[in-house]
Amino acid sequence: MSEPTTTPTPHDEIEAVAVADENQSTTQPSNSKRFLASGFGRSIGLIVALVVLVIIGAVTAGENFMSVDNLLVILRYASVIGVVSIGMTFVITAGGIDLSVGSVLGLASVVASLGAIQTAASGFWPLMVFVAIAVGVIAGLLNGLIIAYGKVVAFMATLAMLVAARGLAELISQRQTQVVDNSGFLNFFRSDFLGISWVVWIFALVSVLGWLLFNRTTFGRRTVAIGGNATAARLAGVKVRRHTVYLYMLCGATAGIAATMLLSRTTAGTSTHGQLLELDAIAAVVVGGTLLIGGRGTIGGTVLGVMLFATLTNVFTQNNLSSSIQLVAKGIIIVVAVLLQQRFANRETSSK
Amino acid sequence: MIKDDQQKSLLEVTALTKSFGSARALKGVDFDVRAGEVHCVLGQNGAGKSTLIKVLAGAHQPDSGEIRWNGDVVTISDPIAAIELGIATMYQELDVVDGLTIAENIFLGHEKTRGGFTNLRETAQATRDLMKRLGHADLSPNREVGTLSAANKQIVAMARALSHDVKLMIMDEPSAVLDSEEVNNLFRVVAELKSQGIAIVYISHRLEEITRIGDRISVIKDGASTASGLPVKGSSTKKLISLMTGTDMDHVFPPAVPLASDAPVVLEVSDLSAPGTFSDVSFDLRAGEIIGLAGLVGSGRSEILEAIYGERKPSSGSVKIGGEALKLGSVSAAVDADMGLSPEERKSQGLMLEEPIYRNATLSTFTRFAKGPFLDEQAERAATEEQMKALELRPAEPNRITRTLSGGNQQKIMLARWLIHGTKVLLLDEPTRGVDVGARMEIYALIRKLAAAGTAIVVVSSEIEEVLGLADRVLVIADGRVIAEKPATEITEHGVLDLVMKGSAA
Repeated sequence: MSEPTTTPTPHDEIEAVAVADENQSTTQPSNSKRFLASGFGRSIGLIVALVVLVIIGAVTAGENFMSVDNLLVILRYASVIGVVSIGMTFVITAGGIDLSVGSVLGLASVVASLGAIQTAASGFWPLMVFVAIAVGVIAGLLNGLIIAYGKVVAFMATLAMLVAARGLAELISQRQTQVVDNSGFLNFFRSDFLGISWVVWIFALVSVLGWLLFNRTTFGRRTVAIGGNATAARLAGVKVRRHTVYLYMLCGATAGIAATMLLSRTTAGTSTHGQLLELDAIAAVVVGGTLLIGGRGTIGGTVLGVMLFATLTNVFTQNNLSSSIQLVAKGIIIVVAVLLQQRFANRETSSK
Repeated sequence: MIKDDQQKSLLEVTALTKSFGSARALKGVDFDVRAGEVHCVLGQNGAGKSTLIKVLAGAHQPDSGEIRWNGDVVTISDPIAAIELGIATMYQELDVVDGLTIAENIFLGHEKTRGGFTNLRETAQATRDLMKRLGHADLSPNREVGTLSAANKQIVAMARALSHDVKLMIMDEPSAVLDSEEVNNLFRVVAELKSQGIAIVYISHRLEEITRIGDRISVIKDGASTASGLPVKGSSTKKLISLMTGTDMDHVFPPAVPLASDAPVVLEVSDLSAPGTFSDVSFDLRAGEIIGLAGLVGSGRSEILEAIYGERKPSSGSVKIGGEALKLGSVSAAVDADMGLSPEERKSQGLMLEEPIYRNATLSTFTRFAKGPFLDEQAERAATEEQMKALELRPAEPNRITRTLSGGNQQKIMLARWLIHGTKVLLLDEPTRGVDVGARMEIYALIRKLAAAGTAIVVVSSEIEEVLGLADRVLVIADGRVIAEKPATEITEHGVLDLVMKGSAA
């Protein structure tokens, strides 16, 4: 019984630290406030939470937790959700949502691991990757067209895709697990670069490219503008509908990439891959600081959100705690994060 | 300061101050309201009108000063205390619930109940009585408020205030969302309330309204009273403007610049029709010319603008810019052809309020500043800063969040957007809605300056005076048709209204 009682106390600490931050910002308006309103400043709570979690891990699991190997385990675990969350950040920032990413991931894993595809890819393994991404992009294209031109709300359009893609994956795979035996594919994903798994490198690459796309390009500006005020963007000449389609294609593509990562980790394609992944991705994005109503997003925050959940899972696993407790903790983190977000948002509007 | 004190006051406010942190919103406001009078409070945006209202409504506590109600000093500790005294407040953003019926809205929070159940018959009857008192017996108590026009929603909000025993009603810019016909009705209701002995504090920055319905006027400038209880009769517009702005302004509208005889036609609209909204709209617009569309709300004037801009697809007709036919129904085609629109609802249709100013200013041009797919925010900021200086928008900080700007300055950002774009044709829908008098004049001057520089401009406004004052040529619209086309100098506000009435009857 001692372990469950130790966990709540550090939780209070997280809150206490965050609250102290806020007080400070109200008493010294100029610099600290500007800092807190900046992207990095908003992430400070997350960084603190992550540090606290690492301390808990180090104290409770010691060497098992504080090792390079374990860090790599966490990173590998974070990579699949991480890649999808980057795509999700774009969609949510633009005021949309994509509930279909988990199912699309499952479908992409099934299609890419079909016997015919694997045979065709025997000489050129990246074909499997291209096929998976193509499946994701096509699903995203459909989502985008239905939302932008059919004027169906994103929640319903992608909910339909969530159901349909899963069904299609079951039909194609005939509910069988398809073993991946393409050696080129497996060898690549099992190999390391500078001692770090390629899966982690892909997550890093997607994050960096996502950050650039989000913060430094016209694509990113359109995304934020549409989320901030879609009518204003349209009346200023931004092709809102076309961009919306691109956004869902991008999100689908990240689901496709994640599918290949999961294929390599499990060496199997199955229609059950990626179940409830959409919820993990949305949680990571929102906890990271992206507004669910759109108009403001942060790739860095998303990466931190993903790392927070991955580390949490690892700490619980290291301590042999049931996944049920882990779910409760996750729920608490989501609520606390959103509450803090709202308090920041309120202060910004009241400071006018 | 000018004051006259003959009658006993219902409400008396003396030396009221209120600060928010280091910002002093009120620095000494004095005014008094008598039973059965319409007391107008004038002031520019940011003068402290909203803070004053909130103090009287119990939403804010003053730092110092005195509030007397029927001669007794009172503390209005919260909104409920205000209602108990008999002070009702109608805010600009009407706080009615769209999904409820008129009756449910009026008695929200103080439902007529019997044994825990709402008494429907009694509620309906009381609602009918209230609506009758407001001259709207035609509205059924069971009608859903979401289906009502803005004007009728306002009536519901007033009925709610009256459902409490109200002695003083504060109206915060009630005419801002109404067209001229609805404003007339509002004034009728105000006169009715007045005759029932209710005092009204009427906040507005439309001077012409104040002279029509006001009995006395108080003016606030920078949080302090500059005049208190002036009789409306005998107070000239010029004097009031100088009390509000601290400067003397002779001309509200800048003088028109004669059009060069060789100015090329830049916009040609021919036989534009959309069934049910407008038909056969044709006109030409030359470089440097300002054309005004005058007509009532619902006449189709905004829809015509939207059709020209591609926001709405007409069923037939054509729009040419610089002689080239425009793809209809495509906003991006219109923007590419150097047309720009400043929409009617600046906040909901024009601006990303949480974003920095420069991102709004370059919303139609950020791709042009970009190097390939990569943004050049430095160049965007520089261009924005340059425009902000040219538009005298101070402080010229492109990184400021747009929400923090006043209505007038937000409108300038909309103009800056199209100035950076370099549009040849600019469509302005309600360019001064929610903009105070001082800033209005600046915006009029800017529009005139733009025209002088060769931009062709179309102005739509529900204030006919504004259309006549700004435009070179006026198209009078009624029932979706252009019923007259005249130089602005040859037509008066009365003339326009006459034409509209005749046109609608025909």
